[in-house]
Amino acid sequence: MPNDDSRARPPVVVMLPAALVRLFPGAMRRLELPASTVGEMIDALDARWPGMRDRLCDSRPAIRRHINVFVEGRRATLDTRLAPGTEVTVLTAISGG
Amino acid sequence: MATKVLVLLGTKKGVFILESDAERRSFTLRGPFCETWPMNHVIADPAIGTIYAGGGDAWFGPAVWKSDDLGASWSHSSAGLAYQEGEEPIKAVWSLAPGHGGLYAGVEPAGLFKSGDGGQSWGHVAGLRDHPTRPHWQPGGAGLILHSLIPHPDDERQVWVGISSAGVFHTTDGGDSWAPRNRGTRCDFLPEEQRYPEYGQCVHCLVMAQGMSDRLYQQNHCGMYRSEDGGRHWDSIEAGLPSTFGFPAAVHPREPETLYLLPLNGDIAGRYVPDARAAVWRTRDGGDTWEALREGLPQKNVFFGVLRQAMATDRLEPAGVYFGTNTGTLFASADEGESWRCIAQHLPLITSVETLVVEA
Repeated sequence: MPNDDSRARPPVVVMLPAALVRLFPGAMRRLELPASTVGEMIDALDARWPGMRDRLCDSRPAIRRHINVFVEGRRATLDTRLAPGTEVTVLTAISGG
Repeated sequence: MATKVLVLLGTKKGVFILESDAERRSFTLRGPFCETWPMNHVIADPAIGTIYAGGGDAWFGPAVWKSDDLGASWSHSSAGLAYQEGEEPIKAVWSLAPGHGGLYAGVEPAGLFKSGDGGQSWGHVAGLRDHPTRPHWQPGGAGLILHSLIPHPDDERQVWVGISSAGVFHTTDGGDSWAPRNRGTRCDFLPEEQRYPEYGQCVHCLVMAQGMSDRLYQQNHCGMYRSEDGGRHWDSIEAGLPSTFGFPAAVHPREPETLYLLPLNGDIAGRYVPDARAAVWRTRDGGDTWEALREGLPQKNVFFGVLRQAMATDRLEPAGVYFGTNTGTLFASADEGESWRCIAQHLPLITSVETLVVEA
């Protein structure tokens, strides 16, 4: 039987920037998602709002240069691991205008 | 039946739409749309009335936006608008053109994509970037950009593209293979003995004469040109113009011998209108002779420029002509350029001007 503990694992809390939410009708600024890495978190966002991955990641693949993802106060990459219950903050960087 | 004329503007801060009737005396302004993203090219597919806008946001990357209701509502997508992993990612969409049952998009870094579902998803026309010259393509001042895009009106296998600064390329097999089409156009920025290379020209705007698919016109960084054979050979048509430098070109909707250009004073002279006096230049004989059109345009202390996609005509009779400046002003003529009026100002920098005529 597949080992699926996603339902038992507390979700991460994701904070999204207003400019991103405006691009996806119905999207929320704060939500909870099951994810063990930032990459999985973005995949989960894209599953709920198709196209959101493309707004946060480019094709290298990596988080877009002017998007910051903070995990426990530190800038994260797609591979950054997320402990259950972690708060993840996605922000538009000042370098993007 | 009432006729509406829409002037579609791409700007540094979103899409704007001006609307008038067939008289084109009074325009209403709507916008900004598309979340004030920088929008490089806004077009309409006249067959279905859909408006498409291509651009790229520094935060959120490239996308094509779409409106099926003349700008009242918009959606966006970039599904499939990407190069392979590890390659430099696409920064922005710079050109759009309907054709061959779909929609083409030119991007930065230069490449070509096609959508068969109205912009919802995209496929890479990879043959262009597989061209053996690509490792030697150099960017123009704004980047390595595919900014001119002409699908052949009748032959689905033929497309012309203009890339700054790689030159004009043409396909006859639907994009699998491409050939440079630059013979006769100059590179003044290279040593004298290298001034007519096979590729590497800084083409600024490529347009096709109405009803003559072998007749192309080109505004280049280094001159103005006409081709009678689909770009295989180019002849200079700059004699009689105030400079050899400019960005936009616009063809008449019915007359293949009529072309509108807007020369600027020079690439190292400030890139504004010559002598600080605004003029659109018109030829009615394919570029053999030119006349300056100034009636209603400012003639003193004018320091604006007009970018490569920022001039267009409409298909009414007499034809309307429009150009938007890098200072956010839009000028319009309802009489083929004989007289002009300012119809919008205080807009953001205008990157593109196109038109749509709707029979309401």
